Amino acid sequence: MLAWTVYISFAGAASLLFVKPGDSRTARSVALISSLAGLLLALAGAFQYNADGGLLTVSDVPWVPHLGIRYTFAVDGISITLLILTGIAAVVGVLFSWNIEHRVKEFFAFYLALIGSVYGVFLSFDLFLLFVFYELAIVPKYFMIAIWGSTRREYAAMKLALYSFVGSAMVLIGLIAAYVLAGANTFSLVELSKYPFPREFQMWAFPLVFAGFAILAGMWPFHTWAPTGHSAAPTAASMLLAGVIMKLGAYGCLRVAMVLFPAGLEDWSSGVMGFHSWREVFGLLAVIGIVYGAMVALVQKDFKFVIGYSSVSHMGFVLLGLMTLSIVGMSGAVLQMFSHGIIAGLLFGVVGRMVYDRTHTRMLDELEVMRLSKAMPFAAVTFVVAGLASMGMPGFSGFVAEFQVLIGAWKAFPTFAVLAGLGIVIGVAYTLRAIQKAFFTSDDSKASGTALLHSEAMPEISTPERVGAAALIAITLLIGLYPKLLLDLIVPALNSPLMSNLLKAGGK
Amino acid sequence: MNFTQLLTFIAPETLLVLAALGVLLVDLSTLRDEPLAVRMRWGAWLSVMGCAAAGAAIVLSPASTPAGYLDGMLLLNPVSQLVKVVILLLTICTVLISIESKFTDHAGEYFALLLLATVGMMFLVSTENMLLIFVSLELLSLVLYVMTAFNKQNIKSAEAALKYFLFGGMSAAFMLFGLSFVYGLSGELNLTKIAASLAGKPLDPLLIVAMLMVVVGFGFKVAAVPFHLWAPDAYEGAPLPIAALIASGSKVASFFILAKVMMVGFAGSEGSGAWRNFVQGWVPILAILAALSVVVGNVAAIAQSSVRRLLAYSAIAHAGYALVGVLAQQKSDGLSAVIYYVTTYALATVGAFTIVGLVQDRTGDDQLSSFAGLNRREPLLAFCLLIFLLSLAGIPPLAGFFGKFYLFKAGLFVEGGGGASNGLLWLVILALAMSAVSLYYYLQVLKQTFVAESAPESIIAITPMTTRVTLVLLAGAVLFLGMFPNLLLKPIVAALSGGQ
Repeated sequence: MLAWTVYISFAGAASLLFVKPGDSRTARSVALISSLAGLLLALAGAFQYNADGGLLTVSDVPWVPHLGIRYTFAVDGISITLLILTGIAAVVGVLFSWNIEHRVKEFFAFYLALIGSVYGVFLSFDLFLLFVFYELAIVPKYFMIAIWGSTRREYAAMKLALYSFVGSAMVLIGLIAAYVLAGANTFSLVELSKYPFPREFQMWAFPLVFAGFAILAGMWPFHTWAPTGHSAAPTAASMLLAGVIMKLGAYGCLRVAMVLFPAGLEDWSSGVMGFHSWREVFGLLAVIGIVYGAMVALVQKDFKFVIGYSSVSHMGFVLLGLMTLSIVGMSGAVLQMFSHGIIAGLLFGVVGRMVYDRTHTRMLDELEVMRLSKAMPFAAVTFVVAGLASMGMPGFSGFVAEFQVLIGAWKAFPTFAVLAGLGIVIGVAYTLRAIQKAFFTSDDSKASGTALLHSEAMPEISTPERVGAAALIAITLLIGLYPKLLLDLIVPALNSPLMSNLLKAGGK
Repeated sequence: MNFTQLLTFIAPETLLVLAALGVLLVDLSTLRDEPLAVRMRWGAWLSVMGCAAAGAAIVLSPASTPAGYLDGMLLLNPVSQLVKVVILLLTICTVLISIESKFTDHAGEYFALLLLATVGMMFLVSTENMLLIFVSLELLSLVLYVMTAFNKQNIKSAEAALKYFLFGGMSAAFMLFGLSFVYGLSGELNLTKIAASLAGKPLDPLLIVAMLMVVVGFGFKVAAVPFHLWAPDAYEGAPLPIAALIASGSKVASFFILAKVMMVGFAGSEGSGAWRNFVQGWVPILAILAALSVVVGNVAAIAQSSVRRLLAYSAIAHAGYALVGVLAQQKSDGLSAVIYYVTTYALATVGAFTIVGLVQDRTGDDQLSSFAGLNRREPLLAFCLLIFLLSLAGIPPLAGFFGKFYLFKAGLFVEGGGGASNGLLWLVILALAMSAVSLYYYLQVLKQTFVAESAPESIIAITPMTTRVTLVLLAGAVLFLGMFPNLLLKPIVAALSGGQ
């Protein structure tokens, strides 16, 4: 049944090609129905799934027998979590792009194709298939940003496409090399993860594949596509980029790089420049991402860039959590993927849809004089809630996730944990600064008469926006108050035989 | 073997020659006073029928076991039959996209020459004799020189043909010289026997010179750097269907025979192209050619503003990718990867060239800016172009992706599982890095097509139905071969295990 998440999305995209141009109502409905159906299927699959950590095979047929490529869809708790996230992000994204009027059907066709490929990546347990979906996602992203984007959209779109493509080329080298080396004529993740690749091979293949995926996860110093891409993208695309596309990268790091090449994480025989393993190298890069992203977010003039850099910072927690190689840290990382997907979606929704589409500016200096808290109280409240969630306030999902990562990191590398904690503090600062500048400037000398003028011209916050925002807030609260819902899915998956080599590498 | 047997042996080629003569005859006699459009249509459909008859002759008498005639002079095996069918299909596409062309009023000669070029390609893939290889290569080349110059109103066409001819003549001389060395060393003309007679001996310096010269000849045919200089001009100046043919059918045939000569004829003199571990032989020579082609082709393509030249440089790059398959250590795997790759590449290229031609007809040139807003004017064309170019860029689920994947997989394989860290890893890494570059320029074209708004004065014209259908079929083939690679892979693998 879960396989239908992919098919429904692509069928939706294909059927949109036959909608009359200009008929935006039908196009929207098709998009909403397909994405809702995807979400419901994902949820139904989650309920059906027996969370004992086992692998549930959804479909498994030979695809290219000569090369041992199979069409294998399977899920474990981690995939289920991310499938649900994708479903939610897809539905809310449609709600937040209800006002698109320019080339509507193409917009939603690309949108659904993107969603379909994301589902495909999370479902695939054949590495070739996974790679196909992973690369398939590049093209819709490019066009969504290049056609419907704003600031420097063509530059941002091309940058994103090339970064993704370079990353996937790195991944492909590692995958083909592993396939050829194993010589078992199979791309099955389960089979290949059992093969004992030579240590020296893993020592170069692991960083290659990990970095290839991590490019899309926004790992410093390969993060630069993220702020530009997020800001240039139309609202729904930013929500998807931050919400699920960055998770594709993180998921690939965990599912492919770390599971296939666990020995790549072991200590080197001798230290190089103070580092003793790739674990430390990538851990450090993750921490730099956390702190650097937060500090840069602190000085941005463009509202969307603040959120864009905050994504880099929050994704750093995911990578740091993965590098702890402990159950608590890695489950925190997966939880953070989910949590950040929801929160980033909410933040981009407020900034891109509620604020930018009405004020037509994202410059904090210009927003400052508009007194938006009066003009659009709903947006202000939503953003405050989202900001609290983003800075890791207890009660929201971000807190649980980042807390777990920090606990894991404290055991693995204490210095990094302290630095990451510093990142959280800066996170509070930039969030409060953005809230204050964008919504709550009380200095009357700055708030001129134009503010009133603006508030009259601004349309009300529409129902789809309210529904979408409320749903996202409800989910982050739900997970924040009762994280067991997801942890019960994630932890058994981390304890499964697939991950045993990995945990062994961490346990030493 | 008597003449009846010989005739059944070369029935497809004979049918094609008859069709060529028939086209000439009909055009000269009954259609003398008809308008050009009618003559083109007659010529085209007669040619299609000729190709279809030849194809039927192949399909209806499949060679279950390989058979040879006159010491490998003519060879009938499942692989060559498969490649011939591919060549015939590509010729049919070329014919169909030329129906509405207006660059020449010599309809009969045009189609007759096209069919003769096809005969050249078909002989090329069905022989193991070096002399016949050379003769059919010349038949193919001479026809292509003439056809490149076929547009008499366009000075660029003449320039392109002259360049093509001069480079071609030179490289043919090199090749013949090289072949004569090989004959001198081995005393044989048959590829298998050459290999047998050279086997076990230490690598003769003269043989290296001979291999180098043969590589020059083939390098020119497949447009590999540094023998590529004719390609951008020929692709830009030649009449469009001919540019498509040079890039598709001729490529398929040349790559097949290149792979065969190297893999069969020079078996045993491979050497090694492993990083920092080069051993003399043809593998390092071709590896260097491949690396140069991939880099020069992709990097030069970025700078092009003419889409035809862009496709020409990308063709050079693709020749580099395909060479990786020729270098594969497991030869049957490498050969099937090469066949799969060049076939799907040819399909996508013919499609892309057709669309470039249509745009050129409408707007007067093939600059990138002419593609602005194509999506608005002709959504079907734009969608097909999307599929063709993304397939060339190697984006899944299109055929080009699987082709590239298979090539690189074949290229990395090392006998005895000696670890993927040696072998041709360096070349595969280089090729993959450069394919990231290629995405950039393909997206430049697609950006114009989908993102840029159209210029107001652009003319909306109706694309002829035959062209439309051809394009849709080509796009469908590229899509389906990508989603179900087995459709093509299975026959290739079956043919390779049955023949050879």
